Amino acid sequence: MSFHEIQITVNGVHERVSVKSNQTLMLLLRETLALTGTKNGCSAGECGACTVLLNGEAVNSCMVLAAECDGAEVITVEGLAGDPLQDAIIRHGGVQCGFCTPGVLISARALLNRNPNPNDEEIKEALVGNLCRCTGYVRIIEAVKEAARLQV
Amino acid sequence: MVTDTHPTLPEFDYFRPESLQEASAFLAQHAGEARPFLGGTDLFVRMRDGALVPRYLVDVKHLEGTDELRFDPQHGLTIGAAVCMNRVIASPEVRRVYPLLAEACRSVASHQLRTRATVVGNVCNASPAGDTIGACLALDGVLNVHGTGGPRQEPLSAFFLGPGKTKLQPGDIVTSIHFPLPPLGCAGTYLKLGRNRLSDLSIVAVTVLAAPDPGLPSGCRFRIVLASVAPVPLVAAQAEEYLANRPVTSDSIAEAARLAGAACKPIDDIRGSARYRKSMVKNLTEKALTAVWNQLHP
Ligand SMILES: Cc1cc2nc3c(=O)[nH]c(=O)nc-3n(C[C@H](O)[C@H](O)[C@H](O)COP(=O)(O)OP(=O)(O)OC[C@H]3O[C@@H](n4cnc5c(N)ncnc54)[C@H](O)[C@@H]3O)c2cc1C
Ligand code: FES
Ligand code: FES
Repeated sequence: MSFHEIQITVNGVHERVSVKSNQTLMLLLRETLALTGTKNGCSAGECGACTVLLNGEAVNSCMVLAAECDGAEVITVEGLAGDPLQDAIIRHGGVQCGFCTPGVLISARALLNRNPNPNDEEIKEALVGNLCRCTGYVRIIEAVKEAARLQV
Repeated sequence: MVTDTHPTLPEFDYFRPESLQEASAFLAQHAGEARPFLGGTDLFVRMRDGALVPRYLVDVKHLEGTDELRFDPQHGLTIGAAVCMNRVIASPEVRRVYPLLAEACRSVASHQLRTRATVVGNVCNASPAGDTIGACLALDGVLNVHGTGGPRQEPLSAFFLGPGKTKLQPGDIVTSIHFPLPPLGCAGTYLKLGRNRLSDLSIVAVTVLAAPDPGLPSGCRFRIVLASVAPVPLVAAQAEEYLANRPVTSDSIAEAARLAGAACKPIDDIRGSARYRKSMVKNLTEKALTAVWNQLHP
């Protein structure tokens, strides 16, 4: 199996890595770059725990090959330090076990970037791909609304 | 028994050709062991299940013509193979002129999956459940294909041969899908019945597109496409013909819906039984035809 030399910018840090063809972006982040904030929930595109921003757009990093990411810019939950979303989700109790939280925050950030003032329906639709077994979603939605308010 | 709930992808070689010629030649030379790929959202699932073990994945994004999303008021819409569904949904021209297509894309999975999933991948995957296929058929989609013999076109109406089986030959790469201008004054809808409201494959789904047509006894031409009820996406031709030949009334709509239900050959699976599917096709078709008829006659 072939290896590919890629250059990738993760949370503003420029990395030069050699990746195997079958290595996903998720495994590159978690196992090579030790950014374990991005979670492996299902490896099947279903749960959203692995969601990151790839060139500004939310993707399931378990469904992207690292080899495809030459020249790409990636933001993981570690890159959201200081984001008002972080504070809001804690304040509203939108975190329980926390496993879904990195993906939720990334999806919510992607939403606020493309739509700074979303309504409830738009928030729900943006978070459809982020499964949470704990919170029942209501507090997450409240947190996203508050972050949107704080942002303007 | 230990089940690996987080299977990694099996081993393969990732290959990114420089040109369509190179890609077609490589795919033809490695027939049976190389596959083109776009978003990988179908391929990776099947590879992790072990249902598919390709030796090469040939990335066809970035090849000529695959990145364009172009609307021309004379000729219609072209969606490049690499254009993801979110881009289709966000396009003002698609929303204005082909809203049925945007509606179908919106019913697929989640936002982050649609950053990768493509309309062309959905079509090439040829699943009878493919959510965008009904709209693509009803809007008379034509695929632009690059093969070892150069470029050619494949109309969607004759493209699907069975689950996962299409007219494509080794070496073929779909570069884009083209839609002519939709019929004047048309309206459409996509009704998808899933196990939850969002983000699951359909149990059954119905696409209806209708447009005024003074040449017909009914004055209106209906297109009806059914998903998840046959080995291929099913055009309900009998129901379409029945509706074309008489005045549109609630009775003729009910009879057309019955014909659509009778035409389908569903199976039992984890999403629903064949019997349930048949009766839901009838109900959803009636609902969709009525909704579209009312849109045309507010
Ligand atoms: C969690 C999850 C949820 C999903 N939900 C839905 C849903 O609700 N509705 C739905 O319809 N689908 C759903 N899917 C399936 C999938 O996302 C769609 O079918 C998608 O449109 C496939 O596009 P892709 O670009 O990812 O295709 P790929 O996986 O890249 O390719 C699909 C197939 O087409 C072939 N192919 C790809 N590109 C070309 C080309 N240019 N020329 C010729 N052949 C080609 C490939 O070899 C492969 O066989 C879901 C998938 C996942 C993982
Ligand atoms: S781990 Fe990627 S979606 Fe679940
Ligand atoms: S907080 Fe536990 S899964 Fe969401």
